Amino acid sequence: MLRSRRAAVLAGGVALTLALAGCAANQEPAPGGGGGAGNRPDIPAVTTLPVPADAANPAGNGQAACAPTTTLAYAGALTGSNAQLGVNIVNGVQLAVNQHNQNNPNCQVQLKKFDTEGTPDRAPGIVTQVASEKDTIGVIGLPFSGESKATGAIFQQAGLTHLSPSATNPDLTKNGWTTFFRALANDNVQGPAAAKFMTGKLGATKVCVIQDDSDYGTGLAKATNDALGPVAADCQDKVTTGQKDFAAVVSKVVAAQPQVVFYAGYYAEGAPLDQQLSTRGFQGVFLGPDGVKDPEFVKLAGDASSNAFFTCPCTPGELVPQFADAYKGVSGGSAPGTYSLEGYDSATILLKAIDSGAKDRAAVQNYVKSYDAPGFSKQFKWDPSGELATTKVFGYKVENGQIVPVGEIG
Amino acid sequence: MLVTHLLARGQVLAQGPDWISFDVGAFVDQFWSNTFDGLTYGAIYALIAMGYTMVYGVLQLINFAHSEVFIVGAYALFFTLAALGFGPSAPNLNVFALVGDLVLAMLVAMLAAGAIAILLERVAYRPLRRRKAPRLAFLITAIGASFAIQYAIFAWRGPNPEPALIMFRQQPVFEVFGAIIYDQQIVIFVAALVLMVVVDQFVNRTRLGRGLRAVAQDPDTATLMGVNRERVITLTFLIGGFLAGAAALFYVMKVPAGVQYNGGFILGIKAFAAAVLGGIGNIRGALIGGLLLGVIGNYGQTLFGNAQWTDVVAFVVLVGILMVRPTGLLGESLGKARV
Amino acid sequence: MTTTQNPSPAATPSSGGDRRLLGGLRDRWNGLPRAQQWLWLIPLVVLIYALPVLNPPLLTTEPGTNFPIALFDAARFALLAIGLNVVVGQAGLLDLGYVGFFAVGAYVAAMLTSPDSVLTTIPYLWTLPIAMIVTMLAGLLLGGPTLRLRGDYLAIVTLGFGEIIRLLATIVGPLKGQVGFQGVGRPPGTDADGQPLFANSDGTTWYWLVVTITIAILLLVGNLERSRVGRAWIAIREDEDAAQIMGVPTVRFKLWAFVIGAAIGGLSGALFAGQVGFVNNQKFDVPTSVLFLAAVVLGGSGNKVGVIVGAFLVSYIPNRFIELAGYKYLIFGVALIVLMAFRPQGLLGARQRLLAYGRQAYQRLVGKPEQLASDNPMTAENGGDR
Repeated sequence: MLRSRRAAVLAGGVALTLALAGCAANQEPAPGGGGGAGNRPDIPAVTTLPVPADAANPAGNGQAACAPTTTLAYAGALTGSNAQLGVNIVNGVQLAVNQHNQNNPNCQVQLKKFDTEGTPDRAPGIVTQVASEKDTIGVIGLPFSGESKATGAIFQQAGLTHLSPSATNPDLTKNGWTTFFRALANDNVQGPAAAKFMTGKLGATKVCVIQDDSDYGTGLAKATNDALGPVAADCQDKVTTGQKDFAAVVSKVVAAQPQVVFYAGYYAEGAPLDQQLSTRGFQGVFLGPDGVKDPEFVKLAGDASSNAFFTCPCTPGELVPQFADAYKGVSGGSAPGTYSLEGYDSATILLKAIDSGAKDRAAVQNYVKSYDAPGFSKQFKWDPSGELATTKVFGYKVENGQIVPVGEIG
Repeated sequence: MLVTHLLARGQVLAQGPDWISFDVGAFVDQFWSNTFDGLTYGAIYALIAMGYTMVYGVLQLINFAHSEVFIVGAYALFFTLAALGFGPSAPNLNVFALVGDLVLAMLVAMLAAGAIAILLERVAYRPLRRRKAPRLAFLITAIGASFAIQYAIFAWRGPNPEPALIMFRQQPVFEVFGAIIYDQQIVIFVAALVLMVVVDQFVNRTRLGRGLRAVAQDPDTATLMGVNRERVITLTFLIGGFLAGAAALFYVMKVPAGVQYNGGFILGIKAFAAAVLGGIGNIRGALIGGLLLGVIGNYGQTLFGNAQWTDVVAFVVLVGILMVRPTGLLGESLGKARV
Repeated sequence: MTTTQNPSPAATPSSGGDRRLLGGLRDRWNGLPRAQQWLWLIPLVVLIYALPVLNPPLLTTEPGTNFPIALFDAARFALLAIGLNVVVGQAGLLDLGYVGFFAVGAYVAAMLTSPDSVLTTIPYLWTLPIAMIVTMLAGLLLGGPTLRLRGDYLAIVTLGFGEIIRLLATIVGPLKGQVGFQGVGRPPGTDADGQPLFANSDGTTWYWLVVTITIAILLLVGNLERSRVGRAWIAIREDEDAAQIMGVPTVRFKLWAFVIGAAIGGLSGALFAGQVGFVNNQKFDVPTSVLFLAAVVLGGSGNKVGVIVGAFLVSYIPNRFIELAGYKYLIFGVALIVLMAFRPQGLLGARQRLLAYGRQAYQRLVGKPEQLASDNPMTAENGGDR
């Protein structure tokens, strides 16, 4: 019995050896393969960011007074496959609340955290619970477009103001909700900015746009395509959440030979896509939006990620020294991530509302509605639908395995 | 009133559907590259299908947890290769070091998968067999085991796939009918084929293999003739596990980011479909079924224009075959395998 | 009536350990006249209705999950489990694609009421019967050709069916994949403040609705069980060949079980869609299907009360102990293995009894209430292992 089994294993091994050796012979003469950084545009990283001197600070004047039951809540992903974005935000929020409470002994605001796992089917139950707690007068969240869409009506019904630091789907502000505000540009801003970045700084004359099947990906792809026009007209493809093998997409892209592939989706699919593009010899730029801009992308895609650029309506908090240093104290040492600064600014605005004497949900809503002041990331002033009046989109790239900002792109 | 509502919606189909295409042009263009890529996938399906088919042949049990045997092998492979310095970037190794590393990792994966397969048999199935439990109980246990293993991995490794493992940079080797053949495809296809031939010969030519066939044919008579049934069952699970472990190497070679807690599940169902397609219980059937399914899935993907159609096509084939010819293409015949 | 009850323990054939614990209670329950049973049930039903308002301290799932919504979830699961029990417990057909019917029901409700849909929208309540009809057709479509298959093949085919439904929801354009449908309709009515009675955020009214429907379905299914159809199902479950020889048209009755189960699944799906107000392709996967199966097997397949208890546990535990939510598939996966090994009949196993005129027959023949024999598709001592 043993003999035969060993024979089976050995034979398999030998076969593998032979087959590999046979092919590897062909492998030697070919040059390193996909490397090809030669034709990749070199855009230098930026290391400083101007911050308005009067940016709103959660510490306030130290004189604020409020009821000890005053509560803010964070609702969003804390666990699950989308957790990192939520963690970035919640650390920013926690930092703002900590700074506020340290400086205002008479106003200790509580922060409650609720985990939606970032999914639109789990979120409604959680948000219902948030809304039913009367002491909660303002919410930071929800981070993702899908869950925001599924829960906006519940917030509206409860009259509970919520500031999303990261939901970018344009349609979110078209539901007539008066309690929804977002602290960033929507995809109708990011899409054209990405298009301008591709055809401008990246010098692309041919682009492939790949979208996933999420609210976010489809909306962003549409906005980007509208702005790109004929440049991307004949190279479009779709992938689905959870897909792992992108052979079909990759052959399409490799055949089309674009300078840039724009992937509208999240890093979980973006990373293997970029990696498989590279191994099949794609030499252009891989451009991803805020959903792809994540250290996890670099980890999953490895060397392949060196061709990656990102667009993001997030302001690089790591370039704001006073914020970045304090943030590390909350996050256990890690630097601010995507939307940390937006989370911090959003929490600051709600804390300002409390400091100004707002005691219930209606007062908070009124305060935010008429708010007009600079924050660390941008100027905050909303139109009646909850969109910002002024927005910023930044570019990022991968350099030596790190994601670094390359400045404002739109 | 309701009927009129339902009928008054002709526009559903009138909107030019952009979610499905009958892209015959692309189908013809990519026919050969799809065929070769499909054969590569098919070889992997076939390796996994062997586990289903042999266990079914001997026990009439759908070992639903076999997909998790595979994924345990994949994790073992991942950790071995990661320890050997593999990662998301292709390593700079000479051919012999590379082959040595891969064979070592494959052996570890085979051992791990074989071990978990035997463990599964001992812990989950044997008590039921002792009690002569009905078939449904076996199947429910198998489903439970599948989920227990899957979500134990989930609890341990989290929801995200492990970082990609690139074993070597793919190089085109030659061209057939305009389709480029990559070295990776040859490695996978040839190695998988060799492994299956070895198992086929083992079952058909050795003493143990004869015992195995005897148990598959008539367990009671086989026991009377002095075949140790429990040992044959253990052997069956072990071989299935070994092949699943080997399949893990080829799967990760093909899909570098495929090591994930639920990465085996759909693959397992497809492999089962392949086994049924070829005729469950039939070793050569598993090979034919696997290769066919791999190719058909690829055709479907190109023809209908979305990668998701691969799975739909696989499931439709499974349902269709079961309905039209439940014994599969080659018939269910581990017991009757020709010598 | 000679009511000298002396239930001698020796008379009960023992094949499970529950005889001493629950058995006494159950025997006494079964011994009660039907009218008294009803009388006892009334306070229980009242209590069930009052639960979301009472919000009892230990039982409550707050602050993790809103309690009325958790209860709605449990009720929805119970309805599903009753439907799946018809298929698995009564007729002995292992259906791993039950989530497919649930999905069809949810999509019917969403597509006929959501403003995102390409279809004309109709009032929500109309979608409940439509969902049932459509899922029945789906059940017919799937069951017709496949119910001739052997048991384990059937399981895999139904699994394939469930996956196909999910994949089609992902691929087919008008089904809107992950983007999904928002603003799924709700039953009419507003409260004093002008807020809708059946708001997405208010689990209580939805819970009452589902409990009411569940009770109605329970009565229906109970009557069906005691009818010729129910007897045919049990005959098929116990030994299909024998049943066929005795003249039971097996395929037709299997199809009945399948279709009725499907309709209940679809109804539950439509209710789910209404309460959540949002339907996309993300929650109709195989793990969910296995969770449904776990509810039935855990409670005791074949036993209506058992499966309701099982459904309650399966939905309540992850809501009550949020920290366990991430491990629910692990927990219930292990539970399935353990149950099959040690207690295949589930927590409350089904027991064999005369279904029609049982009471009268027992009274006449033995002069005392029925003595029950253990019986469950999972404990049959034959078949198995060829």
